[in-house]
Amino acid sequence: MDELSIKDTYTALGLSDFEYDRILELMERPPNFLELSLFSVMWSEHCGYKNSRPLLSRFPNDGERVLQGPGENAGVVEVGDGWALAFKVESHNHPSAVEPYEGAATGVGGIIRDILAMGARPVAVLDSLRFGPLDEERNRYLFREVVRGIGGYGNAVGVPTVGGEVEFDRAYSGNPLVNAMCVGLIRTEDLMSAKATGEGNLVVLIGSKTGRDGIHGATFASDELSEESESRRSNVQVGDPFAEKMAIECCLKLLEENLLVSLQDLGAAGITSSASEMAAKGGVGIEIETDKVPLRESGMEPWEIMISESQERMLAIVEPEDVEKVLSFTERYGLVGVVVGRVADHGELRVIHDGEEVGSVPADHLADAPTYEREVVRPKYLDEIPKLNFDKLPQPEDFNEVLLKLLGSPNLRSRRSIFEQYDHEVQTNTVVRPGADAAVMRIKGTKRGFAATIDGRGRHCYLDPRGGGAAVVAEAYRNLSCVGAEPVAVTDCLNFGSPEKPDGHFQLAECIEGMAEACEVFGTPVVSGNVSLFNETDRGAIFPTPVVGMVGIFEDVSRHATPGFKREGDMVAVVRSGSEISLAGSEYLSVVHGESSVDSPSATNLAAEKKVSDIIRDMIRAGLIDTAHDISGGGEVVAVAEMALAGGVGFEYDEDEVGRMIGGMGHVRADLAFFGEESGVFAIAFPEEKWDDVQESLSELGSHGLGYDNIGYTGGKRFKVGDFIDISLPKLKEAYERDLFE
Amino acid sequence: MKIGVAIFPGSNCDTDALHAVELIGATPVELWHADADLKNVDAIIVPGGFSYGDYLRPGAIARFDAVMGEVERFAREGGPVLGVCNGFQVLTEAHLLPGALLQNMSMRYVCRKVPVRVEATDTPWTANCGAGEEFSLPVAHNEGNYFADADTLARLEDEGRVVLRYLENPNGSANDIAGVCNEGRNVVGIMPHPERVSDNALGSDEGLKILRSVLVGAGV
Repeated sequence: MDELSIKDTYTALGLSDFEYDRILELMERPPNFLELSLFSVMWSEHCGYKNSRPLLSRFPNDGERVLQGPGENAGVVEVGDGWALAFKVESHNHPSAVEPYEGAATGVGGIIRDILAMGARPVAVLDSLRFGPLDEERNRYLFREVVRGIGGYGNAVGVPTVGGEVEFDRAYSGNPLVNAMCVGLIRTEDLMSAKATGEGNLVVLIGSKTGRDGIHGATFASDELSEESESRRSNVQVGDPFAEKMAIECCLKLLEENLLVSLQDLGAAGITSSASEMAAKGGVGIEIETDKVPLRESGMEPWEIMISESQERMLAIVEPEDVEKVLSFTERYGLVGVVVGRVADHGELRVIHDGEEVGSVPADHLADAPTYEREVVRPKYLDEIPKLNFDKLPQPEDFNEVLLKLLGSPNLRSRRSIFEQYDHEVQTNTVVRPGADAAVMRIKGTKRGFAATIDGRGRHCYLDPRGGGAAVVAEAYRNLSCVGAEPVAVTDCLNFGSPEKPDGHFQLAECIEGMAEACEVFGTPVVSGNVSLFNETDRGAIFPTPVVGMVGIFEDVSRHATPGFKREGDMVAVVRSGSEISLAGSEYLSVVHGESSVDSPSATNLAAEKKVSDIIRDMIRAGLIDTAHDISGGGEVVAVAEMALAGGVGFEYDEDEVGRMIGGMGHVRADLAFFGEESGVFAIAFPEEKWDDVQESLSELGSHGLGYDNIGYTGGKRFKVGDFIDISLPKLKEAYERDLFE
Repeated sequence: MKIGVAIFPGSNCDTDALHAVELIGATPVELWHADADLKNVDAIIVPGGFSYGDYLRPGAIARFDAVMGEVERFAREGGPVLGVCNGFQVLTEAHLLPGALLQNMSMRYVCRKVPVRVEATDTPWTANCGAGEEFSLPVAHNEGNYFADADTLARLEDEGRVVLRYLENPNGSANDIAGVCNEGRNVVGIMPHPERVSDNALGSDEGLKILRSVLVGAGV
């Protein structure tokens, strides 16, 4: 290669001049094309975290229950009784933008394999999705196909999809966010590692055959989306949930039989990343014989085989005497099972084809992408965000209409038409189904259980990156608390624009700071995660959107709460953590007045939120309350209406309370009182005879300057708020349950 | 009593069915698809899932598996066989039950609880239920839309072979049919999943009443 074509080649592979020079320095010779390909995929942002690694070190990673922090395929926390949970969230944004069905499907497949690689049985999937508004045909198409893809894969593979969130905003037009989270269950003594050890041990490829699908997918995912992206459809992998189901059963069987030294899934960058990571972790070398890899198409070059992202494949390290047994199991499950290499002591990832060495790179060099530290500069736009001019905002005349409009708006409407397309009950562990604040799952054979939630925020993080980052963690903490689970740890997916631009870098750095502060206050360390940068199109960058997956545990899963009203005559109370109520950045402002990017929501008081959340959880655990809901988007009246709808029991606000709401706390306006948003507020319901006990539990709040109000009683089939709102439940339901796909 | 649960590649409700069998006090037995061996079971459940990935047509490949030859023999001899969801599809593909399960009218997968009514109690899988008894049972399928030609439907109705009927039809099934039985009444196929409502910890154990029928029928 002459110098010009060398530059063309590495540029086309996504490497910068600086990175190429670094490779020359490390290799002490020019790399050949195969070696350059290995570097290009391993040093992509997707695999190498080169822009985010220095910032990610800010997250707390340790905690009493943490068995495995970042660095393996998933984080692991202890549940008790010898059980542990492995969990992680991952993005599949770029593939889903181009080929939504397969992009979303393989996103689910990929995260399930991460959990499997820890030795855990995948028991729950959750998804966090963001699209542009449904008034655009392309957005409707992406939304419909992404949901079909998640269902098509998850339903067939037999792992229930138990929760998630969906949000629509112009900022995601053309660049949807598809983040999938999986939780797996494992006995603590069976925890697996991806660390390759033992010179002479064999490398076994398990699962599907290898094709040309997804070549350079990792590099593709680390670039901005453009018109050209459409022509890169072949960069998107195609999923086969049937093969994945067999791979799950086969690998769990191999682990049960104690036949594996270590296990790793093949995801981004295929065999290259799996083998080099396994080698780097174990401080050993791995030799791969590409001609041994079973192919589904002819004429594949060694470099293609090395970086193919064909799905449903796992790489296992096996002791030579166990290989025969391993292969008899792969055959029983109808899977590819082939020895494709061996563990060596030379520390290199060495590629051999037909007996000839065609490339060799030190594994730790591949695993050690250069990192970029940039200056954090406050963007100008933050000082130019218009303030909300409250006086100019007209008061609505018909509050019935406002409530119906809010409940029917795509961001607040029931998600039933989505989650009914997902099998959320297979494996028969689902205690609380989708639609509640968090999913609740039991652990068979014990009294224990766990809860999981996934939450994200875009607009808030755009308006106030640090505050928004903290608010996402707080929301997840509240969601787990109000089903009664003790939150224990976090997995995060950071969806951002280009970190090479100052605004993008600032948003990333500040959001991470806010999230880290919140994780410290809440005692919920980050144990796994993923980064998706370069989410930009010709329309600009997406909102900075950190997504938090959080798991919590129950000692007794029968003591949980759900949002729906359960009885007539229950007392309903609202419990506050004392943040200021505001319409800034609210759903009301956006849906009713068409204003979105003005001002930022009020700040989150983390310590107060924790206090309130913990008291709510304690009351659930004590059996005092079984009905609780986090008041978030849409404000108090929307949240209480949701509780009435979920339970099919009506509610009437106490007359005096309505007056207090509007007049008190300086609200003076009904729309602010009803639909204003504040952080750390819960609505709870309970039989009246428990009021004394509930008050005693809440009395602790008094000393913290926090408060609570009894707002009325459940009953009947109508929803009433003073002289302002009076709507029958069926009418509310008609607006709330409208199909999102029609 | 020993109840076998067939396991095909891609079955995913096999474990749930085995667990439910245990809950009704019977002995669960795994029947691996490649083995033509029923292990002396007294009854068989063909469970839900996506056997062979639903490739070609749901149930179309599984029906040729080795275990199915034995299931067919067992059924012809009058042994109680229950197909649930994908199992129902396998049994229609194997011609042990009439009709076919088409794609849902909505063109969407549907996972929800639906009210159903027991229409026939003279089968080994409904003997424990009251005539006309109503249950709320979960469905979870993409192809649950029961279809048969007009003559077959008329025969099924005349002969009282509609075993379970939807009170709210989730998929467009002809005559709101949720389950049918064969002429001998020993083979029953239903789309709803009784094994998923087998524990009050998850909200309901109504499904156990249906599954216990096979114990009643067997005189246990």
